[in-house]
Amino acid sequence: MTTQTPSYTSIDAALNRTEHWRPVISKWVADILRYLVLIVLAISFVLPFFWMVSSALKDDSQVYTVPPIWIPIPAHWENFPNAWSTYDFNRYMVNTVFKFALPSTLGVILASALVAYGFARLEWPGRDFLFSLCMATMMIPFAVTMVPLFVIFKTLGWINSYRPLVIPAFCGSPYFIFMLRQFFRTIPEELSDAARIDGASEFGILWRIILPLAKPALMVVGLLQFMYAWNEYLGPVIYLNDQHQWPIALGVAYLRDTTESVGASALAYPYLMAVSAIVTLPIVIVFFFTQRVFIEGISLTGLKG
Amino acid sequence: MSITVSKRRRLTPTNLRKLIRGLLFVSPWLIGFLVFTLVPLVTSIYFSFHRYDLMRPPNFVGLANYVRMFTKDPRFVNSVYNTVFYVGFSAPLGVISAFLLANLLNTRIVGRSGFRALFFFPSIVPAVVTAMIWRYLLNVQYGAINSTLVGLGLPRIPFLSNPDLAKPSLIMIYMWAQGNQMVIYLASLQDVPRSLYEAATMDGANTWHKFWHVTVPMCTPVILFNLIMSFVWGIQNFVLPWLLTDGGPNLATEFLAIHLYRNAFEWLHMGYASALAWVMFVAIVVLTIVLFKTSARWVYYGGGEH
Repeated sequence: MTTQTPSYTSIDAALNRTEHWRPVISKWVADILRYLVLIVLAISFVLPFFWMVSSALKDDSQVYTVPPIWIPIPAHWENFPNAWSTYDFNRYMVNTVFKFALPSTLGVILASALVAYGFARLEWPGRDFLFSLCMATMMIPFAVTMVPLFVIFKTLGWINSYRPLVIPAFCGSPYFIFMLRQFFRTIPEELSDAARIDGASEFGILWRIILPLAKPALMVVGLLQFMYAWNEYLGPVIYLNDQHQWPIALGVAYLRDTTESVGASALAYPYLMAVSAIVTLPIVIVFFFTQRVFIEGISLTGLKG
Repeated sequence: MSITVSKRRRLTPTNLRKLIRGLLFVSPWLIGFLVFTLVPLVTSIYFSFHRYDLMRPPNFVGLANYVRMFTKDPRFVNSVYNTVFYVGFSAPLGVISAFLLANLLNTRIVGRSGFRALFFFPSIVPAVVTAMIWRYLLNVQYGAINSTLVGLGLPRIPFLSNPDLAKPSLIMIYMWAQGNQMVIYLASLQDVPRSLYEAATMDGANTWHKFWHVTVPMCTPVILFNLIMSFVWGIQNFVLPWLLTDGGPNLATEFLAIHLYRNAFEWLHMGYASALAWVMFVAIVVLTIVLFKTSARWVYYGGGEH
């Protein structure tokens, strides 16, 4: 601090300057501490994923080492195709996407938008009561309806098909109805009024005016539903006994059951991690490209409780 | 937000038309509610007073299912204890850690959106994958953590194979995956008016004062919402303990939802499982009401747009 002395060098001025410097220094210390904490946290958040990928590349001898190997050399990339072909994972993938994720996403978007429009932009007696009822159903634990639903679906002959997972999506989901309602209400009423004067029906207004404006919100709903379907375990495990019908989540769980029960195979863990990594990859890609929409959507839903 | 409607109105033809149109728009949900919620809900009450194994028709047993829970089912008592332990720690710890993390990210830092994405990501990973990763990472023999410990000459920590450590391990993993909560807090932190901080600075408040007397009170409505949701979901916790520890070791992670699932789909005690579900439901409702009632004391509904 003795360097760069300005033209006036009285004791007063020097004191003033140290007074001035103290907050700057403490700000520096605070900054360094903050970054230190953030980096340590970031590493501990990423480490499990790093462990997953690095373990996926190991062979027998690399699994049991002490201390553990974080970067296996040589890397056994062949573990990925080999693990993937342990069971019919291609089929599970196709099942998940085409029988579950896509149809349920389509259904939940259409139905939730329709219902949300009825709650957000139409006036009718009983609307507010039904909306409260709709929101209240979110508090009902799945465990309560789980057993009777199983009995109902069994009676209908829907077990071992994706109907129990897809058809309810065509009734909308309270969570998404709430989200879209909040969004629809931010759209100026004048737009609807103008269309009404031009003779548009309410459905026409929804289809031609509201939905195009609500694209970001619809995208969030679609993304969340798709990810839900990709991740869902409990529903499929109850409704789908036939291995040919499984979604990806059940395949992964089954791989764990079978490889670990054999026990002797050291490749159990690398294979399990390889399949886990492949299953996580689409989520990573989707998240990478839609991060902003996604995070904004999440914050939107949680806020206006 | 207020809707101007006359308090008592007759069902005039106009109103009737509006009602029909409104119902038409919400009909998908209404049908879904009747078929997939209301009917199962009522059926569930019915089942809970019956013995039912899917094969034979339900057999009325009165309150026997409920009595059995508290008198003849030690696994139920154990699962309630586990659930209370898990929820009692995980919900508050999750809220606190996510809130602190959001505050850390809300300061002026380089690479903020990168950190945010990183902390958020674990919350959208499939639960099956989360379970597999941690099962291996925490494995007592070949897990990364224990191999490192042994390499350093330290004793192994049986995270998932010791009954005393299994629940804390699950709570730790739960906290790791609270990124969605963090994102919600981050958004609500941005809604705190800057003028409040400026006023506090004028009054000589330091960083801690501003955090405790401005930030926290302004965020209490969001905190309450997340706390309630954490309790509601925590009580239903199923997939992670099911895939990670199978309810073990020694039933240490057999939560209420797992006990219920076993009764329903492994032992086909459908009636008893329904009774368990209603106990769970009542617990959730009571807890939510209690949280709401006590919230008047600590939640600040000041000037917001709500």
